[in-house]
Amino acid sequence: MDVAKLVALGLITLIAAYASDQGLDAAFRVHGFIVFVVAAGLFIGVLRRFGEPKPAAVISDYNDGPVRAGVIATAFWGIAGLAVGVLIAFQLAFPVLNFEWAQPYGNFGRLRPLHTSAVIFAFGGNALIASSIYIVQRTSRTRLFGGNLVWFVFWGYQLFIVLAATGYLLGATQSKEYAEPEWYVDIWLTVVWVAYLVIFLGTIITRKERHIYVANWFFLAFIVTVAMLHIVNNLTIPVSIWGSKSVQLFSGVQDAMTQWWYGHNAVGFFLTAGFLGMMYYYVPKQANRPVYSYKLSIVHFWALIFLYIWAGPHHLHYTALPDWASTLGMVFSIILWMPSWAGMMNGLMTLNGSWDKIRTDPIIRFLVASLAFYGMSTFEGPMMSIRAVNSLSHYTDWTVGHVHSGALGWNGMIIFAMIYFLTPRLWNRGSMYSTAAMNWHFWLAMIGIVLYAASMWVSGIMEGLMWREVDDQGFLVNSFADTVSAKFPMYVVRGVGGVLYLGGACIMIWNMWKTIRGHAPVTQPVSQMTAPAE
Amino acid sequence: METYSTLREFADSWFLIAMFAFFLGASIFAFWPSLRSDRENAAGIPLRDDETALCHKNCATCSCKISFELEQKNG
Repeated sequence: MDVAKLVALGLITLIAAYASDQGLDAAFRVHGFIVFVVAAGLFIGVLRRFGEPKPAAVISDYNDGPVRAGVIATAFWGIAGLAVGVLIAFQLAFPVLNFEWAQPYGNFGRLRPLHTSAVIFAFGGNALIASSIYIVQRTSRTRLFGGNLVWFVFWGYQLFIVLAATGYLLGATQSKEYAEPEWYVDIWLTVVWVAYLVIFLGTIITRKERHIYVANWFFLAFIVTVAMLHIVNNLTIPVSIWGSKSVQLFSGVQDAMTQWWYGHNAVGFFLTAGFLGMMYYYVPKQANRPVYSYKLSIVHFWALIFLYIWAGPHHLHYTALPDWASTLGMVFSIILWMPSWAGMMNGLMTLNGSWDKIRTDPIIRFLVASLAFYGMSTFEGPMMSIRAVNSLSHYTDWTVGHVHSGALGWNGMIIFAMIYFLTPRLWNRGSMYSTAAMNWHFWLAMIGIVLYAASMWVSGIMEGLMWREVDDQGFLVNSFADTVSAKFPMYVVRGVGGVLYLGGACIMIWNMWKTIRGHAPVTQPVSQMTAPAE
Repeated sequence: METYSTLREFADSWFLIAMFAFFLGASIFAFWPSLRSDRENAAGIPLRDDETALCHKNCATCSCKISFELEQKNG
């Protein structure tokens, strides 16, 4: 086994070394170098431990090491992604922040995909991987399948993130929104994702619990569908095997439709189905109550799965896409409102009888806020998919506001709840170091989201109305630059909202640090806390 | 184009019916009366975890299943 590993790693090291020297473009050479360093390091590691007896595998407990790593990675990438988001928000308000000395790497065009991929795939993806392997073990009452394969999934996914992020900065992109990484990074992600499917499905197959809990249905749908979307949307032919550039197999409107079939289902299955899996575990767990209606969870699971896949064409209203296709997308988007709200109600009603916990338990508060934002953005989304509304909202900041009320509200808040739920459990502490810090985080994040969403609504609707405004002669009143300068105050407010949200996340990092480092204060008995009477 | 037309006709007739029938079947299955106890059992899966490490510390803030059982008993 070790010999096979050494041969494989040695070959990869050699090929990567060649690629880092002979690659046709900068991104490919840098990636060759990164892979060279990683493969050479692993080669030396395997060689040093060659022939040493392997420690017997522990099988009596849950495999939580990767979950710990995942929680830390989630927090780390969260800060990175949010920080880049704040930077590009201010770049839009103050273009001078596209520093001349940092060109072309630091301009908005290259940092924007860095931000979206960092928050969706690095922050959200690590949260999903960590949560899914924590939850599937507990709800299946068995240790994770596949032994150390989970470490390959974890580190393989981090390598994917690093390759994607450095690629964007160096200009390697397929120009497909949320699917920017070039062909070899896509192939690597496919390999990692198949390993992820193997450990997840293997755990479900070897489960001790008779029933597969609903959270695992959502996680499985997320893993399988993302694999399908990723492969179909990334069907490309590399120009050269030693370069990063590739050419799409589809062209024209077919390519656009495939892209938004992918793009909207990335929202539907990555940011919704997977996160509903988290919701169906953390909400009942933290509220200490079974989910409100298990029957509803089954019906809304299948409804969501069957409907989401059709909603993509609403991104292509008033384009070369045939009307019937965009009408189809619009109708399915509107029907989708119902299963989305079924999930939200199922989560919120789980709290029936323990609503007082919103006041006392910060984790419940994060979860309730998350579900509330889920409900709001899944109402806003279907509304914006209506063709008449879309003619006003499309290409404006309204879309940006909608995405962020979903991402900062629904996804972000539930990830923070996850981190606060898992950190004390994984590091064997009674609770987080500071409850006050959790409350500060909550309110900073909430105010941040409100500033963000409100400013983008105002900005977006104003922009849409300015674009279509005509005078009595039928001429357009505003030039494009007029709308840009009119949006300036809203851009500043949006940036401030982002700073508050990032500030809240920084408080979380401090709280995690204090909890993990073992500075948790000793719980004192009540009698000692009363001041002695004078 | 011939393949497209055939597949398209199949997709929006028989396959559409098959998917809709599957969805109806799943919904009826969810509400099947004799499976009610199965549903209740499944809903309780996350709450039947052993949180020994946390519960034994008897902390005020951590959520233990004992409190859930007490709550159930006392209404």
